[in-house]
Amino acid sequence: MMDSLYLAWQYIQFNKFKTIILVASITLIAVLPLILETLLTESERQLLDRAESTPLLVGAKGSALDLAMNSLYFDDEVPEMITMDASERIYDTELALPIPLYVRFKARGFPIVGTTLDYFDLRKLSIAQGQPLTMLGDCVLGAKAAAQLGMGPGDNLVSSPGNLFDLAGVYPLKMKVAGVLAPNHSADDLAVFVDIKTAWVIQGLGHGHEDVTRTRDSSVVLKRTEGNVAANAKLFNYTEITEDNLDGFHFHGDTTIYPITAVIAVPNDEKSGTLLRGRFLEHDDAQQIILPAEVIDGLLQNIFRIRNVLDAVIALVGLATALAIILVFTLSLRLRQREIQTIFKLGCRKAMIGRMLLAEIVIILLVSGVLCAAVLGVADANAEELVRRLFVG
Amino acid sequence: MHEAADSAGSAIISIHDLKFRYPHGEFRLSIPEFAVTQGEKVAIVGPSGSGKTTLLNLLAGILPPPSSVPGGLIEVGRTAINELNDAGRRDFRIRNIGFIFQDFELLDYLTVLDNILHPYRITGALKLSDEVRRRATHLTEQMGIAGHLKKHPGTLSHGEKQRAAICRALLPNPSLILVDEATGNLDPTNKTRILDLLFESVAGHDATLVAVTHDHELLPRFDRVVDFQAFKSGGGS
Repeated sequence: MMDSLYLAWQYIQFNKFKTIILVASITLIAVLPLILETLLTESERQLLDRAESTPLLVGAKGSALDLAMNSLYFDDEVPEMITMDASERIYDTELALPIPLYVRFKARGFPIVGTTLDYFDLRKLSIAQGQPLTMLGDCVLGAKAAAQLGMGPGDNLVSSPGNLFDLAGVYPLKMKVAGVLAPNHSADDLAVFVDIKTAWVIQGLGHGHEDVTRTRDSSVVLKRTEGNVAANAKLFNYTEITEDNLDGFHFHGDTTIYPITAVIAVPNDEKSGTLLRGRFLEHDDAQQIILPAEVIDGLLQNIFRIRNVLDAVIALVGLATALAIILVFTLSLRLRQREIQTIFKLGCRKAMIGRMLLAEIVIILLVSGVLCAAVLGVADANAEELVRRLFVG
Repeated sequence: MHEAADSAGSAIISIHDLKFRYPHGEFRLSIPEFAVTQGEKVAIVGPSGSGKTTLLNLLAGILPPPSSVPGGLIEVGRTAINELNDAGRRDFRIRNIGFIFQDFELLDYLTVLDNILHPYRITGALKLSDEVRRRATHLTEQMGIAGHLKKHPGTLSHGEKQRAAICRALLPNPSLILVDEATGNLDPTNKTRILDLLFESVAGHDATLVAVTHDHELLPRFDRVVDFQAFKSGGGS
């Protein structure tokens, strides 16, 4: 057997190019479905982990999936808005702690998440550098967002305008980076967190400008009556919130009607959660309450169905490749007829020729197997990171 | 130049009433009597298609022997080749016969040394030992290819390839060496040199040489020349 292996190895070494192509084909076909399986399992785990750590979610009636994806993974698809009143509604029930979310704007490609400090407690987010949100206009960066932006505490980050041609719309706000979060291995790592009021300032619902009662430029004043001064568009609006101009920022009207995208409800206990869900069952209620885990589980069921189709496709491709490999071996045997005849003429038995060919196939399969195991090992070790890169950003 | 075969008691090859034909062809070979004595150097000549190569293949047991002829006999040494089965003929061939082919029949993927040692790796009949390796090295030194042992045949000249093929045939110390147009692919200088080396080696091993050749210039170097036109044959070679 050693002689068969030796001769087979010599043949393989001499025909490196052919062998490499064969090994690569076999490895690819074997490893692709296995890597896919590993990544899908890991993505399921990560998606479910995030969903299961979010007890209840309240948002506008409509797509539950959009609501969950936007609130959990800060997806670009923004659901229908609700108002801050929804948060008050939950608070008033005394059944759960409401955490408002306003995920609509971006800063240099990273989602701006307007929320309250309770969100950081819910997600167990800790500050790695700097300090938490303390002032209007502050932002806290997720670990990866900070790394990719190359920013740290003290730097400034400008929000992106929602639409370049919307002159009357969102003004860019220069935010001060107060801190950077420790890595959390979730969508939070790629987010820019601001106080919910800062998000409203970005939208233009809150703003700051010079005091019209004290301005020396009379051309700014349109009309001055007792207790009221009307200014024109020449009035200087602040695009950055500082300690000096902080007092000049204000919100017009009732903030309970200001928009948010969702409210995370953290029930006091299981019973409170059930009771709270009951409060949103009215048909004419404009809001819905969802169990994120159920929504994501439904999404995963769809992925399972897609996976079955993928598995079938890969099996067919694998079968075709296996047939092609058999064809390669068969054609190779034909091309090697002269060599086989020579070995036979020298006195070799047919069984020995068979053993040599078998040894070649075994070596090729073994090398492919080892390569396959190595690739799988690397994929398995990096599955968590890979899935985050593929699904989180 | 046809001489009668000496069928004395020291004959290493004895053929009696050989009648052969390929299963699906017109070719027929008929040899009533043919003998070669131990240590003799015999050249076989004849036109293409007269059955020279067929005879060598029958002697080496590469072709299945004719079994349907009552009384027919192909004997090499004291072994009746036509009575051996496939495995028996292979074992006999690898132990007793060195075959040098016209096209060298070296394997491209093996080095020169591995090609020479190849018969030892493909059968249990020969045992590859350090002594065999030493003998192989010595043979290649004699043949002037000791510097090419790690090269592959594709990088060698025709002459060097044929020398490697001769080393492979001689290494197991066969008592009978069959040569099929060994110099057909060589230039005149190489031809003379290869034949010198072959004859020296055969003499050194006290082996018997049966060589098929078309080159009449070489015939004086042989003890005897057999012209195959004398035998009844037809079809291919």
